[in-house]
Amino acid sequence: MSGRDAILGGIRAALGRKTDDLARRATVEERLTRHPRGLVPARGQIPPAEQVELFTTMAREAACTVQPLAALEEVPAAVADYLAGLNLPAELRVAPDPGLDAIPWHARPTLTVSRGPARDADAVSVTGAFAGVAETGTLMLASGPGHPTTLNFLPDTHIVVLRRDRVTGTYEDAWDRLRAELGDVPRTVNFVTGPSRTGDIEQTIQLGAHGPRRLHILLVGG
Amino acid sequence: MVETRARPRVGLFVTCLVDLFRPTVGFAAVKLLEDAGCVVEVPAAQTCCGQPAFNAGDRATATDLARRTIAAFEGFDHVVVPSGSCGGQIKRHYPELLAGDPLWEPRARDLAGRTHELVSFLTDVLGVAGVDARYEGTVTYHDSCSGLRELGIKAQPRRLLRGVDGVRIAELPSAEVCCGFGGTFCVKYPDVSNRMVEAKAAEVAATGADTLLAGDMGCLLNIAGKLSRQGSAVRVRHVAEVLAGMTGDAPPIGRSPGEGG
Amino acid sequence: MHPTTHAFPENARRALSDERLQRVLATAGIGFIERRRKAAERLPEFEELRDRGRDIKNHVLENLDLYLERFEEAVVGQGGHVHWCATAVDARDAILSICRSVDAKTVTKGKSMIAEEIGINDHLEAAGLTPVETDLGEYIIQLRKEPPSHIIAPAMHLSKKDVADTFRAVHTELPPDRVLEEPTVLIAEARGVLRRRFQQADVGITGANLMVAETGSTVIVTNEGNGDLTQTLPRVHIVLATVEKIVPTLEDAQTVLRLLARSATGQEASAYTTFSTGPRRPEDADGPEQFHVVILDNGRTALLGTEFQEVLRCIRCGACMNHCPVYGAVGGHAYGWVYPGPIGAVMQPALLGLAEARHLPNASTFCGRCEAVCPMRIPLPKMMRHWRETEFAERLTPPAMRRGLALWAWFARRPALYHHAAGLAVRALRLLGGGKGRFARLPLANGWTAHRDLPAPQGRTFQQLWAERQRNGR
Repeated sequence: MSGRDAILGGIRAALGRKTDDLARRATVEERLTRHPRGLVPARGQIPPAEQVELFTTMAREAACTVQPLAALEEVPAAVADYLAGLNLPAELRVAPDPGLDAIPWHARPTLTVSRGPARDADAVSVTGAFAGVAETGTLMLASGPGHPTTLNFLPDTHIVVLRRDRVTGTYEDAWDRLRAELGDVPRTVNFVTGPSRTGDIEQTIQLGAHGPRRLHILLVGG
Repeated sequence: MVETRARPRVGLFVTCLVDLFRPTVGFAAVKLLEDAGCVVEVPAAQTCCGQPAFNAGDRATATDLARRTIAAFEGFDHVVVPSGSCGGQIKRHYPELLAGDPLWEPRARDLAGRTHELVSFLTDVLGVAGVDARYEGTVTYHDSCSGLRELGIKAQPRRLLRGVDGVRIAELPSAEVCCGFGGTFCVKYPDVSNRMVEAKAAEVAATGADTLLAGDMGCLLNIAGKLSRQGSAVRVRHVAEVLAGMTGDAPPIGRSPGEGG
Repeated sequence: MHPTTHAFPENARRALSDERLQRVLATAGIGFIERRRKAAERLPEFEELRDRGRDIKNHVLENLDLYLERFEEAVVGQGGHVHWCATAVDARDAILSICRSVDAKTVTKGKSMIAEEIGINDHLEAAGLTPVETDLGEYIIQLRKEPPSHIIAPAMHLSKKDVADTFRAVHTELPPDRVLEEPTVLIAEARGVLRRRFQQADVGITGANLMVAETGSTVIVTNEGNGDLTQTLPRVHIVLATVEKIVPTLEDAQTVLRLLARSATGQEASAYTTFSTGPRRPEDADGPEQFHVVILDNGRTALLGTEFQEVLRCIRCGACMNHCPVYGAVGGHAYGWVYPGPIGAVMQPALLGLAEARHLPNASTFCGRCEAVCPMRIPLPKMMRHWRETEFAERLTPPAMRRGLALWAWFARRPALYHHAAGLAVRALRLLGGGKGRFARLPLANGWTAHRDLPAPQGRTFQQLWAERQRNGR
């Protein structure tokens, strides 16, 4: 008997189920197709302007830095100043995201920009974000040609360009948006709440365990 | 009962540990109940609620003792227990033990509905807002696990204690953490139990209170035994003794009359 | 990993006399409890979410076969592979054969309790592969060849000095006289060493906190990001998960996730919650080329339809052990195998048998704190009691205990005799005590009096005194 038959047969025997139980099948199918919402905390069910405010508060609480910008044109200066302020190298690995194409990197010639997935030596990455979830100040990063997942984890500093209109109130809102815009779920969806951290040595929280030590969010839009 | 103005007839479930170790608690319960207008009876057919068997995995004996207890307390308006642990056994576990028994499950449910832990009965059922008692001292209160988590007893004893003349309350930071008694646990795993009661005793000392109160004799014997072994001066009593103003009737738990307290 | 669960009393004694461990337990425990409390209080819906979480898992368990089928369908539809493994042996073989199929040498691993359960590291090592734990805590204990002591904080029993000593002994490629005092330095060193391991790895193995039937996604929750490097950098990503980890939809996953981080670490959300669906897509620039899900049973489905079914709701947050006074006293190693604390007291007898694990369900005061905080509302004390019932029925209860119980029950069934005997016993104790308020020693009561006095009875039973009062007409 295959492992599959043993396991599924075992479950059916234990629960006294048959395979041709149509009513049960219908219930399951219905739930999967309709994917009803569960109890969604009221905290995130607020008007868009408040969502941005909540997102900012919660992300900062999770040790992100958040900088509001009026437009993509301001990104190069903001990035250059951020890196200079921390004495970090001005070399960026930027996601090949068409949504970031409008950033005029040349406006800051001190910045060295290359695009593509992260390599081990890359110290700073810049990516977009599929959404921001206000409820917990979380970034929703969806993998795809415009967003290699390695950019979220390998560099020490991750800078995320998040458009204000990509902020949603709740996780459910973010998933609905993903279903509507992408159809299929991409290979990787990272929900990122703050920089990497560990409490494994004497239960004291330290940032930058394996992933980025710094997570800087540029919240763009008027 | 309020409408009829009849005095409620209360059956006192004494509990093994009160019966054997600390009759004063039983009499304190009787006094509190009588002061609150109840007629108290103590059925002689009662022995043990069966929890030791239940927790040892001997379901047959536990069920048998549950039936006997149910029969012994038939007909009372209320059954009152000066213990959250035995009270929890009757209120929460009897219906579970007898579930599916057409004859006994309804009787178990009926008894569970009529059964109350002493302090909860006074406050939640009878609406007693204060007691006429006096006790000089700073008391700290340990919430015994069953009373707290099975019966929701937390605010009630504190509310009544605040009305006792002379009492100051110093809260125990980990009042909700088990003292390590756990019935047979304390003798099956004495080292672990000891660590738990050690921690409890240290916390009691840190409050600066001169008296530790709780609502369960198991916890009280355990904590009192540890405190006296450590030579602590803290007095240990069942909360009913203080509420009934009967602390003059007996020395604190683990003390001889000569040692006073 | 060879269980020492049968030796719980000795393990516990050793832990209790380990002063360093006791210091760690005292401080760590309070932190977990406070953080969880604050997180739960901050979310007004938290208690109702616990009900919803419980209901989701109950629904899944009642339809587990169908949800597993739909999960498989979705994984395969995305180009992934599903391996059904009834036993630990099957799962080890499946993983090894995947590794061999790509000629793997180095295998990086995210934290997985199930990997511990099936002993995958030893199996891979025996086959000539190099498994590398990448969760910092797991990495440390792997270097020390120790089992985890907590399901979410595996190295919580160690001090930073222990970690420094271990690193100095193992990371011999680094200057021996380097300063290793601060946790930041230790973490940076581990990060550097593990980065090289990530680069070398051919296969990455992660666990799964959840599997989503709707999309065929597996979900991991971490704070370090190691699980993400583990699954993103190598060519092959293997997910090792047990059957009960399934939830129907993304929405259901969110309900469980809202409970998980708050219950585990008291965070609003863990740093990384990652949904992985199939292998990398043709247009992707990174990600694994192969995606395998090893679905393990190893005794889980045998719990369905029994009084232990509800334990399959567990989401491995660790709240039960964080709040357990017994765990707090002895730590995780005393439990002798993979799952410590209250969840271990229910799971280990199921996985190892009662003969090996009978102590665990007994070593509980039934204080109920685990159930009070369990995000899935698993009635853990009730299940420990069920194990005691099985033990009693199978006559595994120690004979002295059985005899004592039988004698006591004989009296308890005969009220008149009981009250008489109680009167005699109390009188005898009183005579023995000679008017003292307590006993420092007492025959047959060593377990009690070794550590504490036994308060003496007042001298007469309540029943005797009450009968007297009745006779005297008050």
